[in-house]
Amino acid sequence: MNQRRAYRSYVSYIDGSREYYAAQGYSQPYTWAHHDDAPFTPLQKPLSKCRVGMVTTAGKMDAEVDRQGRRKTRELYAMAANPAPKRMFTADLFWDKVATHTDDLDSFLPLNRLAEYAAGGRIGSASPRFYGVPTEYSQGKTSLRDAPKILEWCREDGVEAMLLSAL
Amino acid sequence: MSLVARHLEENGVPTVLMGSARDIVEECGVARFVFTDFPLGNPCGKPWDTEMQRLIVGTALDLLERAWMARTTVQTPFRWGNDEWRDAFMRVDDSNREALAREGEERRRRQAEAKKGDRLRTGQP
Repeated sequence: MNQRRAYRSYVSYIDGSREYYAAQGYSQPYTWAHHDDAPFTPLQKPLSKCRVGMVTTAGKMDAEVDRQGRRKTRELYAMAANPAPKRMFTADLFWDKVATHTDDLDSFLPLNRLAEYAAGGRIGSASPRFYGVPTEYSQGKTSLRDAPKILEWCREDGVEAMLLSAL
Repeated sequence: MSLVARHLEENGVPTVLMGSARDIVEECGVARFVFTDFPLGNPCGKPWDTEMQRLIVGTALDLLERAWMARTTVQTPFRWGNDEWRDAFMRVDDSNREALAREGEERRRRQAEAKKGDRLRTGQP
Protein backbone atom coordinates (compact mmCIF):
# COMPACT_ATOMS: atom_id res chain seq x y z
CA MET A 1 0.00 0.00 0.00
CA ASN A 2 1.42 3.40 -0.97
CA GLN A 3 1.40 6.00 1.78
CA ARG A 4 3.18 9.24 2.66
CA ARG A 5 4.65 9.66 6.12
CA ALA A 6 6.54 12.48 7.79
CA TYR A 7 8.42 10.04 10.08
CA ARG A 8 10.36 6.80 9.62
CA SER A 9 8.17 3.74 10.21
CA TYR A 10 10.42 1.48 12.19
CA VAL A 11 10.76 2.08 15.90
CA SER A 12 13.98 3.65 17.17
CA TYR A 13 14.79 1.82 20.38
CA ILE A 14 17.78 4.11 20.99
CA ASP A 15 15.54 7.20 20.98
CA GLY A 16 12.66 5.44 22.75
CA SER A 17 14.69 3.99 25.62
CA ARG A 18 16.57 7.26 26.16
CA GLU A 19 13.31 9.19 26.54
CA TYR A 20 11.67 6.46 28.62
CA TYR A 21 14.49 6.24 31.16
CA ALA A 22 14.85 10.03 31.25
CA ALA A 23 11.14 10.18 32.21
CA GLN A 24 11.97 7.76 35.04
CA GLY A 25 14.56 10.23 36.30
CA TYR A 26 17.76 8.67 34.92
CA SER A 27 19.78 11.63 33.74
CA GLN A 28 22.66 9.75 32.10
CA PRO A 29 21.44 8.06 28.91
CA TYR A 30 22.81 4.62 28.00
CA THR A 31 25.50 4.90 25.37
CA TRP A 32 25.05 2.29 22.65
CA ALA A 33 27.85 0.59 20.77
CA HIS A 34 28.73 2.39 17.54
CA HIS A 35 31.32 1.43 14.94
CA ASP A 36 32.19 3.10 11.68
CA ASP A 37 33.31 -0.18 10.17
CA ALA A 38 32.16 -3.80 10.43
CA PRO A 39 34.19 -7.01 9.99
CA PHE A 40 33.14 -9.42 7.24
CA THR A 41 34.05 -13.07 6.62
CA PRO A 42 32.75 -14.71 3.44
CA LEU A 43 31.45 -18.26 3.58
CA GLN A 44 34.40 -20.61 3.08
CA LYS A 45 32.60 -23.47 1.34
CA PRO A 46 29.14 -24.34 0.00
CA LEU A 47 26.43 -23.87 2.61
CA SER A 48 25.23 -27.42 1.92
CA LYS A 49 28.50 -28.61 3.47
CA CYS A 50 28.58 -26.17 6.41
CA ARG A 51 27.63 -26.77 10.00
CA VAL A 52 25.43 -23.91 11.22
CA GLY A 53 24.92 -22.88 14.86
CA MET A 54 22.59 -20.52 16.70
CA VAL A 55 23.02 -17.96 19.50
CA THR A 56 20.20 -16.55 21.63
CA THR A 57 19.84 -13.95 24.38
CA ALA A 58 17.20 -16.09 26.14
CA GLY A 59 18.10 -17.96 29.33
CA LYS A 60 17.69 -21.53 30.54
CA MET A 61 14.40 -22.38 32.25
CA ASP A 62 16.15 -23.60 35.42
CA ALA A 63 17.68 -20.16 36.05
CA GLU A 64 17.38 -19.00 39.67
CA VAL A 65 15.31 -15.81 39.88
CA ASP A 66 15.13 -13.04 42.46
CA ARG A 67 12.02 -11.43 43.99
CA GLN A 68 11.60 -9.18 40.96
CA GLY A 69 11.58 -12.21 38.65
CA ARG A 70 15.01 -11.52 37.19
CA ARG A 71 17.76 -14.11 36.82
CA LYS A 72 20.14 -13.90 39.80
CA THR A 73 23.12 -14.54 37.60
CA ARG A 74 23.26 -14.31 33.86
CA GLU A 75 25.59 -16.99 32.68
CA LEU A 76 26.75 -18.10 29.29
CA TYR A 77 25.75 -21.60 28.37
CA ALA A 78 25.87 -24.19 25.59
CA MET A 79 22.89 -26.54 25.48
CA ALA A 80 21.76 -29.54 23.40
CA ALA A 81 19.88 -28.40 20.29
CA ASN A 82 18.25 -31.74 19.54
CA PRO A 83 15.63 -32.16 20.81
CA ALA A 84 15.06 -28.42 20.99
CA PRO A 85 13.84 -27.17 24.38
CA LYS A 86 10.13 -26.39 24.54
CA ARG A 87 10.58 -23.05 26.30
CA MET A 88 13.27 -20.60 27.33
CA PHE A 89 13.43 -18.02 30.14
CA THR A 90 12.72 -14.58 28.68
CA ALA A 91 10.80 -12.80 31.48
CA ASP A 92 13.67 -10.50 32.42
CA LEU A 93 14.61 -9.49 28.89
CA PHE A 94 13.66 -6.30 27.10
CA TRP A 95 10.83 -7.19 24.68
CA ASP A 96 7.24 -6.16 24.06
CA LYS A 97 5.27 -8.14 26.64
CA VAL A 98 2.01 -6.39 25.74
CA ALA A 99 2.03 -6.98 21.98
CA THR A 100 3.32 -10.55 21.92
CA HIS A 101 4.67 -13.59 23.82
CA THR A 102 7.57 -16.04 23.65
CA ASP A 103 5.63 -19.31 24.05
CA ASP A 104 6.82 -20.55 20.66
CA LEU A 105 10.57 -21.17 20.76
CA ASP A 106 10.94 -20.93 16.99
CA SER A 107 9.66 -17.34 16.97
CA PHE A 108 12.94 -16.23 18.58
CA LEU A 109 15.23 -19.30 18.52
CA PRO A 110 14.32 -21.29 15.42
CA LEU A 111 16.19 -24.52 16.21
CA ASN A 112 13.43 -26.66 14.69
CA ARG A 113 13.42 -24.64 11.47
CA LEU A 114 17.22 -24.94 11.25
CA ALA A 115 16.99 -28.72 11.81
CA GLU A 116 14.49 -28.90 8.93
CA TYR A 117 16.94 -27.09 6.65
CA ALA A 118 19.62 -29.59 7.69
CA ALA A 119 17.29 -32.52 6.98
CA GLY A 120 16.49 -31.07 3.57
CA GLY A 121 20.17 -30.60 2.66
CA ARG A 122 20.10 -26.78 2.46
CA ILE A 123 22.85 -26.73 5.12
CA GLY A 124 25.37 -29.48 5.90
CA SER A 125 24.24 -29.90 9.50
CA ALA A 126 22.95 -28.02 12.51
CA SER A 127 25.32 -27.72 15.46
CA PRO A 128 24.53 -30.29 18.20
CA ARG A 129 24.47 -27.39 20.67
CA PHE A 130 23.12 -23.86 20.68
CA TYR A 131 24.62 -21.03 22.70
CA GLY A 132 23.15 -18.57 25.19
CA VAL A 133 24.64 -15.15 25.77
CA PRO A 134 23.08 -12.83 28.33
CA THR A 135 22.22 -9.28 27.39
CA GLU A 136 24.74 -7.28 29.41
CA TYR A 137 24.55 -3.63 30.34
CA SER A 138 28.34 -3.70 30.10
CA GLN A 139 29.61 -3.84 26.54
CA GLY A 140 33.07 -4.71 27.91
CA LYS A 141 31.72 -7.93 29.44
CA THR A 142 30.08 -8.90 26.16
CA SER A 143 33.20 -8.23 24.09
CA LEU A 144 35.89 -9.47 26.46
CA ARG A 145 34.17 -12.32 28.34
CA ASP A 146 31.16 -13.58 26.38
CA ALA A 147 32.16 -13.30 22.73
CA PRO A 148 35.47 -15.23 23.10
CA LYS A 149 33.65 -18.04 24.94
CA ILE A 150 31.04 -18.33 22.16
CA LEU A 151 33.90 -18.51 19.63
CA GLU A 152 35.54 -21.26 21.68
CA TRP A 153 32.31 -23.34 21.73
CA CYS A 154 31.86 -22.65 18.05
CA ARG A 155 35.29 -24.19 17.34
CA GLU A 156 34.67 -27.15 19.67
CA ASP A 157 31.47 -27.97 17.78
CA GLY A 158 32.90 -27.35 14.30
CA VAL A 159 30.43 -24.51 13.60
CA GLU A 160 31.22 -22.83 10.26
CA ALA A 161 28.48 -20.21 10.19
CA MET A 162 26.37 -18.71 12.97
CA LEU A 163 22.85 -17.29 13.13
CA LEU A 164 22.30 -14.95 16.06
CA SER A 165 18.92 -13.82 17.24
CA ALA A 166 18.32 -11.10 19.81
CA LEU A 167 14.89 -10.89 21.46
CA MET B 1 24.42 -9.66 20.48
CA SER B 2 25.84 -7.52 17.65
CA LEU B 3 29.16 -7.39 19.52
CA VAL B 4 29.27 -11.21 19.62
CA ALA B 5 28.56 -11.35 15.87
CA ARG B 6 31.39 -8.90 15.23
CA HIS B 7 33.81 -10.97 17.30
CA LEU B 8 32.92 -14.14 15.37
CA GLU B 9 33.40 -12.33 12.04
CA GLU B 10 36.76 -10.97 13.17
CA ASN B 11 37.81 -14.56 13.88
CA GLY B 12 36.71 -16.12 10.62
CA VAL B 13 33.14 -17.24 11.35
CA PRO B 14 30.49 -15.79 9.02
CA THR B 15 27.35 -14.64 10.83
CA VAL B 16 23.81 -13.41 10.26
CA LEU B 17 21.94 -11.49 12.92
CA MET B 18 18.14 -11.80 12.96
CA GLY B 19 16.42 -8.98 14.83
CA SER B 20 13.75 -6.32 15.13
CA ALA B 21 15.71 -3.45 16.73
CA ARG B 22 17.06 -2.03 13.51
CA ASP B 23 18.72 1.08 14.88
CA ILE B 24 20.61 -0.73 17.65
CA VAL B 25 22.03 -3.36 15.28
CA GLU B 26 22.91 -0.96 12.49
CA GLU B 27 24.57 1.54 14.85
CA CYS B 28 26.78 -1.25 16.18
CA GLY B 29 27.50 -2.50 12.67
CA VAL B 30 27.31 -6.19 11.73
CA ALA B 31 28.19 -8.18 8.62
CA ARG B 32 24.69 -9.42 7.71
CA PHE B 33 21.34 -8.48 9.23
CA VAL B 34 17.85 -9.86 8.59
CA PHE B 35 15.42 -7.23 9.85
CA THR B 36 11.78 -8.09 10.55
CA ASP B 37 9.68 -5.06 11.49
CA PHE B 38 7.87 -6.66 14.43
CA PRO B 39 7.51 -5.78 18.10
CA LEU B 40 10.53 -7.01 20.06
CA GLY B 41 10.20 -10.68 21.00
CA ASN B 42 9.66 -12.59 17.75
CA PRO B 43 12.49 -11.64 15.39
CA CYS B 44 12.32 -15.03 13.64
CA GLY B 45 8.61 -15.00 12.80
CA LYS B 46 5.20 -14.87 14.44
CA PRO B 47 4.51 -17.48 17.13
CA TRP B 48 3.22 -20.75 15.62
CA ASP B 49 3.60 -19.49 12.04
CA THR B 50 6.08 -22.14 10.90
CA GLU B 51 5.99 -21.06 7.25
CA MET B 52 6.96 -17.48 8.13
CA GLN B 53 9.72 -18.76 10.44
CA ARG B 54 11.00 -21.03 7.67
CA LEU B 55 11.14 -18.09 5.24
CA ILE B 56 12.97 -15.83 7.72
CA VAL B 57 15.58 -18.49 8.53
CA GLY B 58 15.82 -19.18 4.78
CA THR B 59 16.51 -15.48 4.17
CA ALA B 60 19.32 -15.63 6.73
CA LEU B 61 20.81 -18.66 4.94
CA ASP B 62 20.51 -16.91 1.56
CA LEU B 63 22.35 -13.94 3.01
CA LEU B 64 25.22 -16.15 4.17
CA GLU B 65 25.75 -17.18 0.57
CA ARG B 66 25.00 -13.95 -1.24
CA ALA B 67 26.12 -10.96 0.82
CA TRP B 68 29.43 -9.65 -0.51
CA MET B 69 30.12 -6.87 1.97
CA ALA B 70 29.56 -5.90 5.59
CA ARG B 71 26.46 -4.04 6.80
CA THR B 72 24.14 -5.87 4.41
CA THR B 73 20.60 -5.47 5.77
CA VAL B 74 17.68 -7.33 4.27
CA GLN B 75 14.15 -6.49 5.45
CA THR B 76 11.67 -9.37 5.32
CA PRO B 77 8.26 -8.55 3.76
CA PHE B 78 6.17 -9.44 6.80
CA ARG B 79 3.80 -7.11 8.66
CA TRP B 80 2.63 -7.59 12.23
CA GLY B 81 -0.99 -6.79 11.34
CA ASN B 82 -1.46 -3.52 13.22
CA ASP B 83 0.79 -0.60 14.11
CA GLU B 84 -0.44 0.05 17.65
CA TRP B 85 2.65 -1.53 19.23
CA ARG B 86 4.94 1.04 17.62
CA ASP B 87 3.74 3.93 19.79
CA ALA B 88 2.65 1.89 22.80
CA PHE B 89 6.04 0.39 23.67
CA MET B 90 8.02 2.65 26.06
CA ARG B 91 5.44 5.39 25.53
CA VAL B 92 6.06 8.68 27.33
CA ASP B 93 3.32 11.32 27.26
CA ASP B 94 1.25 13.45 29.63
CA SER B 95 -0.91 10.49 30.62
CA ASN B 96 1.97 8.52 32.18
CA ARG B 97 4.75 11.03 32.87
CA GLU B 98 4.06 11.25 36.61
CA ALA B 99 3.67 7.49 36.97
CA LEU B 100 7.00 6.90 35.21
CA ALA B 101 8.77 9.37 37.49
CA ARG B 102 7.34 7.54 40.54
CA GLU B 103 8.38 4.14 39.14
CA GLY B 104 11.93 5.39 38.65
CA GLU B 105 12.10 6.74 42.20
CA GLU B 106 10.73 3.48 43.58
CA ARG B 107 13.28 1.44 41.65
CA ARG B 108 16.18 3.57 42.84
CA ARG B 109 14.92 3.25 46.41
CA ARG B 110 14.76 -0.57 46.12
CA GLN B 111 18.21 -0.72 44.57
CA ALA B 112 19.68 1.45 47.34
CA GLU B 113 18.08 -0.82 49.95
CA ALA B 114 19.43 -3.94 48.26
CA LYS B 115 22.90 -2.39 48.22
CA LYS B 116 22.64 -1.52 51.88
CA GLY B 117 21.62 -5.12 52.62
CA ASP B 118 24.62 -6.43 50.67
CA ARG B 119 26.98 -4.17 52.60
CA LEU B 120 25.56 -5.37 55.92
CA ARG B 121 25.92 -9.03 54.88
CA THR B 122 29.50 -8.66 53.65
CA GLY B 123 30.57 -6.31 56.44
CA GLN B 124 31.60 -3.57 54.02
CA PRO B 125 31.28 0.06 55.14
